[in-house]
Amino acid sequence: MNFHDRHLLRLRVNGEDHSLSDLDPRVTLLDLLRERLHLTGTKKGCNFGECGACTVHLDGRRVNACMILAVSCEGREVTTIEGLADGDALHPVQQAFIDHDGFQCGFCTPGQVMSAAALIEEGHTGSDAEIREWMSGNLCRCSAYPQIVEAVRAAAGRASQ
Amino acid sequence: MMISQPVARPDGGVKVTGRARYAADYFAPDLLYAVLVTAPVPAGRVTSIMVDDALAEKGVVRVLTHEDMPKFGRFASPRAEPDTQMQQAEGPPAAQSFMPMQGDEIRHEGQPLAIVLGETLEAAEAGARHVALRFEFAEPELPAPPEWTAIDKAAVVPRESGFLFLEPTFTKGDVDRGLSDAAAMVEAVYLQPSRHHNAMEPSATLAEWNDGELTLHDATQHVYGVRQVLAARLNVPAGKVRVISRHTGGGFGGKGWIWPHQVLAAAAARIMQRPVRLALSRANAYSCLGYQPRMAQKIVLAADRSGKLTAVQQDVVNLTTVSDDFVEFATEASKGLYATPAMRLSQRVERANVAMPTALRAPVEGPGTWALESAIDELAHRLGIDPLDLRLINHADTDPATGQPWSSKKLREAYEEGARLFGWRERPRKPQRDGDWLIGYGMATCSMGCFRHPTPAAEVRLHRDGRVLIRTGTQDIGTGTLTIFPQIAADVLGLPMEKIELEMGDTELPEAGPTYGSSSTMGVGAAVLAAAEDARSQLARLANLLPDEVEMHDGHIRRRGAAGGQTIADVMSHTDIGEIIGSGSFDPAQHGNGLAMRTFGAIFMEVGVDPGLGLLRLRRAVGSYSAGRIVNPRTARSQMTGGIIWGWGMAAMEQSRHEPVLGRFLSKNLSGVAIPVNADIPGDIIIHFVDEVDEHASPIGGKGIGELGATGVAAAVANAVFDATGKRIRELPITPEKLL
Repeated sequence: MNFHDRHLLRLRVNGEDHSLSDLDPRVTLLDLLRERLHLTGTKKGCNFGECGACTVHLDGRRVNACMILAVSCEGREVTTIEGLADGDALHPVQQAFIDHDGFQCGFCTPGQVMSAAALIEEGHTGSDAEIREWMSGNLCRCSAYPQIVEAVRAAAGRASQ
Repeated sequence: MMISQPVARPDGGVKVTGRARYAADYFAPDLLYAVLVTAPVPAGRVTSIMVDDALAEKGVVRVLTHEDMPKFGRFASPRAEPDTQMQQAEGPPAAQSFMPMQGDEIRHEGQPLAIVLGETLEAAEAGARHVALRFEFAEPELPAPPEWTAIDKAAVVPRESGFLFLEPTFTKGDVDRGLSDAAAMVEAVYLQPSRHHNAMEPSATLAEWNDGELTLHDATQHVYGVRQVLAARLNVPAGKVRVISRHTGGGFGGKGWIWPHQVLAAAAARIMQRPVRLALSRANAYSCLGYQPRMAQKIVLAADRSGKLTAVQQDVVNLTTVSDDFVEFATEASKGLYATPAMRLSQRVERANVAMPTALRAPVEGPGTWALESAIDELAHRLGIDPLDLRLINHADTDPATGQPWSSKKLREAYEEGARLFGWRERPRKPQRDGDWLIGYGMATCSMGCFRHPTPAAEVRLHRDGRVLIRTGTQDIGTGTLTIFPQIAADVLGLPMEKIELEMGDTELPEAGPTYGSSSTMGVGAAVLAAAEDARSQLARLANLLPDEVEMHDGHIRRRGAAGGQTIADVMSHTDIGEIIGSGSFDPAQHGNGLAMRTFGAIFMEVGVDPGLGLLRLRRAVGSYSAGRIVNPRTARSQMTGGIIWGWGMAAMEQSRHEPVLGRFLSKNLSGVAIPVNADIPGDIIIHFVDEVDEHASPIGGKGIGELGATGVAAAVANAVFDATGKRIRELPITPEKLL
């Protein structure tokens, strides 16, 4: 493969099929989402897998979209923050972030929400300590960490410990 | 009554669904992506910039160098007065006077030297890697080694270059006598490293020219500041520059003033006659934006046997550039916190070939309380007085520097309630252990000055169907303004929150100043209040009621105390006006003259230290604050929690180290620079606000809280570490090697 080859990519994003011809093989999944599909809810905080702001679900698993080359997503299914809610009905994690004031500036929030939704599915919300550990790949410089833990705990349907 | 209610953020919906748009989320037809090529050395000249290989990259359109750039105009400091040193100064809202790409000179590592423009981001990034640079290297001025003798020797009296907001020295009373009369004395040096904002959103600018008019989507804490500086630098009338910033992904001071990249993006777009988006890389954010500079502070505290201070001496040195003398006024803490008959304070700078420092949450008292509140703790131990009691003994009933009365101060209540919530008085005095962990307790005073910017304005439009639109050119950086401004208007107009919309972040809106210095509630909040009251008065007149005697409730206007009343729609149906436009502003010169203004608080912390591994952990914290009226306790709690965690980062984790050979930042990424993550922070952080209204600071009755929470924390941690281990750490951050 060379950088000047162009590729055909078919993938499904938020339930919608996309077919991209002429794709530059250097394009990351993050830049594909943001710059080609204009799904800008997924944020670029570092572009090196350090901050988690670009967390999306790839075939149901949470990944840092900046660390994935788009061409490797052939035939795969991507869910971004724009596709998490069921129409106008917010996902329970989204509602919990509002209810518990789990954000301030909101820039890391899409990534936090996507991580939280996935780790509830994975069963990593057994205790506050476990939530804190598993949410630590998502940096929040406003430091809403205690409220984020409250939100994830609530969304996971557990009572306060 | 909406004020003081814990209303949920109306911006929640757009922020949890990804619909909130930040600067880099905007597009324009025919957009070009810009990537910076920066200087790898801190001093010298660039002798050639070879662009052929970059241009050979498919999709690279152009590489701009200093030879392509227009001569940027001078930005005259708004503080400039004729026949003063300030005449030559630039200064805020410009972050620095030095503009890169105006010649071949290199003044710091990471300085922009070229801009690669591509049809795609991938092309521009590849092009940037293929730009080859040749240099003439010059010996850089280096930061002195991090120790007092070396820093003291390198330090000079700052010159006025636009960043000397106060006199660099201050004296009061007879310090020498205070020192010789003392029964106990502490003399110590406190160090802290350079430290970056590391906002989650790297700064980004989308610049677009149409018929000589510039529109900018920008990540900023000050849209009007961007307009002012860009107009000057690009030699266009301010009226031809529109700046939009609907949401900014964290500011913390890093997006407060205007940096060169904003100018460069606009200049590139003008040259190319195409829209240009320049989103800084994470690495760029370490050298193209500011940081809190490395600081050394020498403090001498002298006290009599009862603990009363007899003298305070504080010498502060901060790192700055070879271009501008940025001064970090840590001495403000000594001027504002404790009663003392004598003080002698000085600020100096140490110049080096480094990037330009700037304000960082919390500036001024942030570094100031680190040193002063550590020293107070040392003095308490020397005197055998409880650290809280020593602070009460020296409580300043009036402003220590000026003798002025306070506009409002309930620090005694904050101490008392904080101590009660924490169990300070009942804390174990003997060394405590929890498994491998040594447990320690520490506290410190928190305090921040009040920055009241002139003269924010707002407009409140009341529609006949009872909908309200607030328009004000301030910014959303997450502090809570999107929630509290509608609360303020809802209160005056007797309407529910759902009826109220708010438009911010645009120079087309009434000018409302910067979102920094913990100033928005006092300033813009008061302007919104005045605008809402103006709208209500206009409605009262239409209803044939006396404006001073009305109240609004549930969509009705009536004489205060009367029942029922007329609906807004009924009153307005008598006229052909579709909406009432209320205007308001806040002029700080009209409020609180002759009074000293500060916010206060106390932070109590419990830490664990593993002496075998040198680990330090936060176990719990109580913050108790005297900051005037709290408009929304829910968003305010997040502000204070965030401030305390920010302070924990300062205390235990954060540093942007200058390597000793070239003075460059050692790490320019979030792997090499540790900042707090979720696992670092316990849930047990309690926030308390003293019931207080400061009617002098602002008609809102509130003061600022954004920075207050971050003050005092580093000292409280060091004091707790001392309690746990007997080790007095005087250099931040408190990393394992200092505890082993």
